Amino acid sequence: MSQETKGQNHQPATSPGETSQAGNRLTRAWSRAAGSDFIWSFKRSPVAVVSFLVALGLVLGAVLAPLFAPHNPFDPATLNLMNGFSSPMQPNAFTGEVFWLGTDDQGRDVFSTILYGMRISLFVGFAAVAFAMVLGVTLGLIAGYVGGWIGAVIMRIADVQLTFPGILVAMLIFGIAKGFTPLEQRDEMAIWVLIIAIGLSEWVQFARVVRGATMVEKGKEYVQAARLNGRGAGGIMIRHILPNVLGPVLVIATISLALAIIAEATLSFLGVGAPPTQPSLGTLIRIGQGYLFSGEWWILLFPSVTLLALALSVNLLGDWLRDVLNPRLR
Amino acid sequence: MLAFAIRRAFQSLIVLLVVGLVAFSMFNFVGDPIDSMLGQERTGADIERLRTQLGLDQPFPVQYYRFLESAVQGNFGISYRLGRPVSKIIAERLPATLELAMVSAVLAIVFGVALGVFTAIRRNGWAANTVMTLSLIGVSLPTFLIGILLIYLFAVELGWLPSFGRGDVVDLGWWRTGFLTQSGLKALVLPAITLGLYQMTLIMRLVRSEMLEVLRQDYIRFARARGLRDRSVYFRHALKNTLVPVITVTGMQLGSIIAFAIITETVFQWPGVGLLFINAIRFVDIPVMAAYLMLISVMFVIINFIVDMLYFAIDPRLRVDRTGSAQK
Repeated sequence: MSQETKGQNHQPATSPGETSQAGNRLTRAWSRAAGSDFIWSFKRSPVAVVSFLVALGLVLGAVLAPLFAPHNPFDPATLNLMNGFSSPMQPNAFTGEVFWLGTDDQGRDVFSTILYGMRISLFVGFAAVAFAMVLGVTLGLIAGYVGGWIGAVIMRIADVQLTFPGILVAMLIFGIAKGFTPLEQRDEMAIWVLIIAIGLSEWVQFARVVRGATMVEKGKEYVQAARLNGRGAGGIMIRHILPNVLGPVLVIATISLALAIIAEATLSFLGVGAPPTQPSLGTLIRIGQGYLFSGEWWILLFPSVTLLALALSVNLLGDWLRDVLNPRLR
Repeated sequence: MLAFAIRRAFQSLIVLLVVGLVAFSMFNFVGDPIDSMLGQERTGADIERLRTQLGLDQPFPVQYYRFLESAVQGNFGISYRLGRPVSKIIAERLPATLELAMVSAVLAIVFGVALGVFTAIRRNGWAANTVMTLSLIGVSLPTFLIGILLIYLFAVELGWLPSFGRGDVVDLGWWRTGFLTQSGLKALVLPAITLGLYQMTLIMRLVRSEMLEVLRQDYIRFARARGLRDRSVYFRHALKNTLVPVITVTGMQLGSIIAFAIITETVFQWPGVGLLFINAIRFVDIPVMAAYLMLISVMFVIINFIVDMLYFAIDPRLRVDRTGSAQK
């Protein structure tokens, strides 16, 4: 069935001559998907629908930033210092140009910087969660399936790390990694360091849940059957156990994404994250905070609202996903 | 009880040793101490001499032991950035952070428990629903945005409270307190709310869900059937039995208040250890980072230990379970 569904996705694009047949299959797949519990409960929850739309809009805006953004904030040739501090929706006093959300001190369009900043925020967020997920799931599988002293060591490390708040761990790793990178490369490396720091601060949740689920699955008949068939430990973990523990992993990944976005914004706001040359939403808020007292409220307000919308919508989606996929995690 | 306490103390010690190892490795592997202490003009003999003097020629376990020895005595060397002993700098700044954390913790616990009980009792009332919705936003709102929002409202627009700093402090010899002056107290309000708000929402949601769980149980129905007043049922019977998880989570949250103080202190330029730590990270000031790490882990370990002991003292059921499993 899964092969069939895969084929349908490609069909309309590759062979336009058979559109009607492909369209037919597509509608069938659609109606099957639409009839599932998952979609049913999605449609029943207005909160989930709204947060999904908000999150989707923000992600699309970030990914397609070069298309949507009226200016490229990183191209100095398009900047005009005369445009600095334009108020939102009002023509600039010198140039007469209108900026939807105003401009910052250097005449950069705030709307464009937000779109480009969101790219950095989302990239760091997704990459950090992916890193944490791969690391945590791998270690969790090993700790749960192999166990023994290796498992004990992994879980001990997890326990120690869990004693400390994630943001502190991320800061610390960021600081140490900064010490390792040569001075001239620090700005370039900052994004990657940030991904590793946030990723390392969030793997524990994945490892703990996967370990617990693996220990349950390990005792079931299908795993014993696979073992009797002569499959190695690695094969059993990846082909048999992994697919059965993915539900809770997905839930944790969504909630971790919201946490990672906030963590990235916090670190960048504190000045230990994304460099000014690659500003994320947190960096923009930090810059905007400097104009809080002088009345240029738009430089601060719009990035903050964007960050809040992003974090809140992903958080709410995660909550909903948790209730649907795994009511026990509540 | 004693066996349990000893086992927990032993575990805490292991945590501290592991964290100590991390701090020690930071000193050893991030940057070269010889490089940072000797200038450009140095001879091989100089390097050898300093290496012996610093004990860097000793085997790893010996070096680690020496590090622990001086760490226990509070000696973390000299800050690369400020050029003064790290222990002195931290001792100067610790009171500011502790005062802030204490006030935030009290705010979080008092309002968190009160609102949690309120929203559980008036489950479907409009006021309770409003509080719940606000708390959801509160959980998603990053701490620094709350701080900025409060500054904008109460410092910029209304001008009631200061937006940064600690106000006037009174020097008590070894402790500089902001509690005794009016400006000190005023300066404390916004940072304390910022820091406590997140913890407050967490405690509130926890108390609420625990209360709802407990209120469903039979003994509450019996208490009502006996004709006890609502107040007695809620506070003497129900709240008491929600306390075990609440104390655990609250204890852990107290630890993270000290860590989250880093953010609040940066927003409000509060002269505490958190601000010190952030600047240390920015300038890769390893001694300060290592000392802060050790300090905060000692605090965490102590808090966790006390929480575990409380836990044990409060819930008799746990006592039976734990000793039972220990004897097996």
